[in-house]
Amino acid sequence: MSPLGLLPLGSPPEAVLGELEAGLRLAFGVGTRRVEGFADPPEAYDRARGQWSAVALLRALLRRPASEGQPLLGVTERDLFVPVLSFVFGQAQLGGRVAVISLARLRPEFHGLRPDERLLARRALTEAVHEVGHTLGLLHCPDRRCPMALSPGLDDLDFKTTAPCASCAALLRGRRAAAGRPTAAPPPGGRT
Amino acid sequence: MNARWHILVVDDEETMTESLSAWLREDGYSVDCAGSGAEAIERARQRDYAIYFVDLKMPGGLDGIETMMEIRKLRPEASIIVITAYATVDTAITAMKEGAQEYIVKPCHPQEISLLVGRIIRVKKLQRENAILRRKLDRHYHLHDLVSRNPRMLEVFRLVRDVAHQRSTVLIQGESGTGKELIARAIHYSGERAAAPFVAVSCAALAETLLESELFGHEKGAFTGAVAQRKGKFEQADGGTIFLDEIGDISAKLQLDLLRVLQERRFFRVGGNAEIAVDVRVIAATHQDPLLAVREGRFRDDLYYRLNVINIHLPPLRERREDVPLLAQEFLERLGHEMGRDVAEISDEAMRLLVDHSWPGNVRELENALERAILSCRTRTLSAEDLAFLQPPTAAPSAAPDLPPGLTLQDLERQYIAATLERSGGNIKAAAAALGIDRSTLYEKIRRYEIPR
Repeated sequence: MSPLGLLPLGSPPEAVLGELEAGLRLAFGVGTRRVEGFADPPEAYDRARGQWSAVALLRALLRRPASEGQPLLGVTERDLFVPVLSFVFGQAQLGGRVAVISLARLRPEFHGLRPDERLLARRALTEAVHEVGHTLGLLHCPDRRCPMALSPGLDDLDFKTTAPCASCAALLRGRRAAAGRPTAAPPPGGRT
Repeated sequence: MNARWHILVVDDEETMTESLSAWLREDGYSVDCAGSGAEAIERARQRDYAIYFVDLKMPGGLDGIETMMEIRKLRPEASIIVITAYATVDTAITAMKEGAQEYIVKPCHPQEISLLVGRIIRVKKLQRENAILRRKLDRHYHLHDLVSRNPRMLEVFRLVRDVAHQRSTVLIQGESGTGKELIARAIHYSGERAAAPFVAVSCAALAETLLESELFGHEKGAFTGAVAQRKGKFEQADGGTIFLDEIGDISAKLQLDLLRVLQERRFFRVGGNAEIAVDVRVIAATHQDPLLAVREGRFRDDLYYRLNVINIHLPPLRERREDVPLLAQEFLERLGHEMGRDVAEISDEAMRLLVDHSWPGNVRELENALERAILSCRTRTLSAEDLAFLQPPTAAPSAAPDLPPGLTLQDLERQYIAATLERSGGNIKAAAAALGIDRSTLYEKIRRYEIPR
């Protein structure tokens, strides 16, 4: 599997990006490569909602000419939405190439609490594993501790670990084997 | 296992359908989209969706309420969730009055949609489980319970539909495990006799005298042990259907008795003087070649022609491999539920193993194999490892089995059956499953080889 492109949109904290690089390698056994030089697409901004369209961001990522075929994870401070929902923590192209996560609502201060960089980094990693998992074809997992579980709220997100459960890991191995890729098995357990 | 639940998202805004369908697909649902009311109705005509998300405001053509009303005409059981950007009491009342199950105002919190869909699916799962349990309880099998994509089987289904409303005798032929009794039940429960009894008799399971009493009943004192009068299966099936399985195994005397019943619809109880008239449809089945038995003089030709008014031949599973994925999924769902195991899908590799296997025990063997695989499965996906017992041995056995010279194939079969019975502690069901044959065939072989039990 080619390295995952990590694409900062704006200026996400370096601590978060570092956590993502280390954590994604542990979760999927795949390295990351920083991809720079991408500006927020203005058409993604919805003035009426004061939020950014996750679908429009994914489309813009797909339009990037460089490194075709490379999986990409966008990391933004923007508050994301999809039309039917008031917000999303992230969005991915299921079985596709691109995903994006938003740090906006992962920050404790968004909810009137004290800032906590470590908590933010862990939440970002959990959400990133979830969205990257979707690009690898994983669906929501019924195991609430698995990062692939659906997490509509922060309580659910904080309850999850950052490494796919045994069942999701087995599915990943199966998909990679079927696709003829080397089966780089994620290490057991992982960080929580 | 959400993939079996189909959801239709109806909205004229592409970004709306795209994002909602993506959200639902990540939850494992199978999602289609429609960009207008007319398209939604056309899709509803083609597929039975579990849930419809319908946007209330769709300019041009049918609006959400009109679309919903048309869908409900086509699919009264469908759950419809109306979506609107405008939260007014009037629209909510109108939508609910016209049959919307739920009503959401966009944008809504992600939790709202998850809870809503989860709640509806939970109810639908319960309804489905209820239907499975009821079917199991009643052992009623209708034509729509049978699944196949094979042209020969589809022809069988058509024949079942055609003959269900007639009284003609039916002879079903097919190897063990091909589902002869299922077809017999489908004929019975698809016709006018459905409300009357369906009585199945395994002719191979009983000795001649016992079978005679079983079929025709007996009077008190007719033989030692006949302490009371007893109605036979023909009387029990009056007004309905009697299914005579393994008809090729009945004795010459019983063949004659049966011929008389078929001709005159009358018989005597064992030891009785009064003639009893019955209105019973007869469906017979055999895994043997009845014409060969006729030619060899083991089966009466007049009885054969009486039974073989309508002939249904069920192909073995190896000749309809396209049905294996369909049946496997069906069994996975039912057995998973019965065994309380959350095994949701079958991996591609495992499915290839299933499709490539020769299935000498046919559909019954497939069902047994899946039951065994589900038991050993530790994840939600049945893998090739869980089906390892199906794979042919990778290395040749180190030496030929130590067999005494002069053994016939029948001697060998007798010994093997006796050994299997001993291993199963005399449990017929377990022994039959281990041997890959059905119970009536095992009974017949036990009787033929005079194996002590």
